Amino acid sequence: MQNILGDRKAIVILLGPALLVYTLVMLVPVLWSLGLTFFEGNALFGFQPAGFDNFVQLFSDPRVLDAIWFTIRYAVIITVGQIVLGYGLSLLYVFALRRASGIVRTLVFFPVVLPTVAVALMFQQLFAVAPQNGIVNEFLNFFGVASVDWFGSAGTAFLVIVIMDIWRSMGFYAVLLYAGLVDIPEEVLESARLDGARGWRLVSNIVLPLSLPVLLSAVIFSINGTLKVFDSILALTNGGPGTSTTPLTLYMFQTSFSYGEYGYGSTIALVLTILCLGVTLFIFRSARRDNTLG
Amino acid sequence: MPTIHLRPLRRTLPFVAAAAIAVTLAGCGTSSDSGSGHFGLLINDDNAIVQDALTSLSTGACEAENKALPLDIETVPQSGLDQQLQLLGGQSALPAQFAASGSPAVTKSLDEAGQTLDLEATLTDLGVIDDIEPAALSTIENLYGGFIVLPYQFNIEGVWYNKQIFAENGLEVPTTWDEMVAAAQTLTDAGVTAFSASGEQGWPITRLISGYLYRELGPDALQRIAAGDAKLTDPEYVAAAQAIADLGAAGYFGAGVGSIDYDTAVSQFLTGQAGMFYMGSWTLGAFNDPEQNQIGEDNIGFFPLPEVSGGVGSADQIPANVGLPIAVSAKGYNDEVGKWLTCISENYGTESLAEQGTVSGFKATGDVGDLPPLTQLVQDTIADTTESTLWFEALFGAKATLTSQQNAAQLVTGAMSAEDFMAAVQADLDSE
Repeated sequence: MQNILGDRKAIVILLGPALLVYTLVMLVPVLWSLGLTFFEGNALFGFQPAGFDNFVQLFSDPRVLDAIWFTIRYAVIITVGQIVLGYGLSLLYVFALRRASGIVRTLVFFPVVLPTVAVALMFQQLFAVAPQNGIVNEFLNFFGVASVDWFGSAGTAFLVIVIMDIWRSMGFYAVLLYAGLVDIPEEVLESARLDGARGWRLVSNIVLPLSLPVLLSAVIFSINGTLKVFDSILALTNGGPGTSTTPLTLYMFQTSFSYGEYGYGSTIALVLTILCLGVTLFIFRSARRDNTLG
Repeated sequence: MPTIHLRPLRRTLPFVAAAAIAVTLAGCGTSSDSGSGHFGLLINDDNAIVQDALTSLSTGACEAENKALPLDIETVPQSGLDQQLQLLGGQSALPAQFAASGSPAVTKSLDEAGQTLDLEATLTDLGVIDDIEPAALSTIENLYGGFIVLPYQFNIEGVWYNKQIFAENGLEVPTTWDEMVAAAQTLTDAGVTAFSASGEQGWPITRLISGYLYRELGPDALQRIAAGDAKLTDPEYVAAAQAIADLGAAGYFGAGVGSIDYDTAVSQFLTGQAGMFYMGSWTLGAFNDPEQNQIGEDNIGFFPLPEVSGGVGSADQIPANVGLPIAVSAKGYNDEVGKWLTCISENYGTESLAEQGTVSGFKATGDVGDLPPLTQLVQDTIADTTESTLWFEALFGAKATLTSQQNAAQLVTGAMSAEDFMAAVQADLDSE
C-alpha cells in the first residue's frame, strides 16, 4: 500500500480519470457560470459584456430578497423538522423498538425512494379543494370545519410544502442517525445505566454528546439540501401562489431559462453558492468550538 | 525514479485530455429533428387539436409524406415551453415544427436569431400561399411582424354560456358588464359556479382584464402600454384589474380557482357545473366531442364580453388570434419538410373543420359536410368581425407574461390587490 501511494505515477493514474471528469462536469461549468455573471444575453443571441450591471440589478431586485427570505425560512424549518424527527425516530429504533425496528425503519424510509414528482402529485390531491375536496378537506368538513384552499395563500401553501418535505425525508435522516447511534458502545450505555442514568438524562448526557459528529453531518447534509430545494416545490406549487413560495433556485431557473437572462441567472446562482458556503462554514466553526469546550 | 517514469505520461497527458474533451464536445454537436429522419413537432400538452389533426393527416391525405418523413410529436407543459424553445434554439436543435411561445416576443426573438422559417417565401415557392386565409395572415403579421407561424387555428374569444342554466334562473344574455355581474350573482345565489376558469394557467383570468380594458378604453388600450404612452398602474388600467378582482371577491369563480387547471375548467363547464366560461373557440373540439360535452352542443351559447357603461369600446371588437401557432424551423427545413408543408396547406383546413370541428387559418377547399352548429356560429362570427383585439400579454415580453399569468389567481382570490398586480407586471415591462 505504502509503495503504491508513494508512487506519483500511480497516484496520477488512479486520480487522473476521476479528476478529469470532475473538472469537466463540475469545475468548468462552475467557473463558466461565474464568468457569465459579467455578461448578459442568452444561448440564442450570444453574450455581451455587462460589467457589474447584473450585480447592480441584484441589489435593486425585490424578488431576490423575497426568494432569499423564503429559502432561509424553508431551510431552517425543514432542517429542524428533519433532524428532530429523524433523531426521535432513530432513538425509537435503538432504545424502544430495538430488533423489531426493521419493519418500521422500512416503512418510514419508503417515501425516500418515491419519485419527488409522484409525492408532490399525491400531496396536491390530498390537499385539493377543486374540482373536489381532497382527503384533508374532507376530514376538516367531517369535524364541521370549512374547506381550506391550501394552495391559494402563501401561508397554507408553505405549510403543505413543509409537511410534504419533512414526511418525505425524515426516514433518511432517521437511518443516517440510527447508524450513528448503534455505534455508541454498549458498555458506555450500560455503565451510565448502572450510575442511574435513565430516559432523558441518558439521552441528553450520554447519547447526544456521543452522536454529535453524525448529527453535525446530518445538519450539513440537510441545510445544504434544503437551501438548494427545487424539484419538490416546482412540482407541488411551482413557486405559487404568485411568487410566494419561490426559492432562489426556482427564481434562478426562471430567470435563466424562461426570461432568457443567463447572466443575471448566474448572478443569482452565485448568491446561492455564497449562502451555502457561508452556512456550512458557520456550522463547522460552531461545531469545532463546541468540541473544544466539551 | 518516479520522475523518470512520469516523463512520458507528462507528454501524453495533454493529448489524452484534449482527446477526451474533443469526444465529449462532439457529443454536444447540433442536430435538427428533421435531419434525424422525423417530422418533429414540439407542442404544449393542453391542446390536442393540432396533434389530432396532424396525426389524422399522417394516415390520410399526407400518408406519402409521412412515409418519407414520419410525424413525431413531443408534448411539454405550456409553462415549460419557453424554456425548451430557448434552449433548443440556442443549440439550433429545434424540431421541424414547434409551438410558438405564449409570448410572441419569444417567437420574434427566435426569428431574429434565424431559427424560424420565412413562411411567406417558402409557401409562395411551394405554390400554396393562396391556401392561407387572408384574415389569418394579417393577424399573424400584426402579432409577429411577418408570416413566421402556421395558423393551425383561427380563434375568437368570448363567453360561452349554458343555455339551460340561464333559462332555469331566468337570465337573458347580458349586454352590459353590469348585467353580466348581476347574472353571475344570480347563479352564485343558486349554487352554480358563475365562471369556470383556470387560475392554475392564469391566462383565462388575465384575458378578462384585457377584455374589460378594451371595452372601457377602446381597442388600442394595450398598444398604448406597449408604446409607453400609458402605464398599467394608471388608475383606469388598475380599475380593470379591480373589476376582475371584484368578480373573484364575490366568489363567482368558485372555490380553489388557483388549483383548477385547463382541463378541469373545461370539464366544469361541459358537465353543467358552471354557467359561463370565457374561452377561445379552440375549445370547439371539446364542445363537439359528446364524451366530454355532457350538456349537449345545442345547450351552449356564445356572447362577446359585454360593454362597460361609459366605456369607449364596443362588443363588436372581438379578441381574435391564431391559437398557439406553430413555427417551422429554418435549420431543419429540407425538401421532405417542404412536401409536408404543401400537403398541410392543401388539406389542413378541411381536416380541421370536418374532423375536429374547429376553424383554422387554412382555407377549407374540400368537402366539409354539415358543420356542427357551434362551429358554424364561430365561422359566422369570424366573418362578421371587422375589428379584432389581442389578449392581455400579446405585446409583453416573457418576464411580464409569466408574472401576469402567475399572479392572476392571487388577484381573484384576494391575496394580491389590483394595484400590486398591475405594478408587478408594469415593473417587468419597464425592465424589458
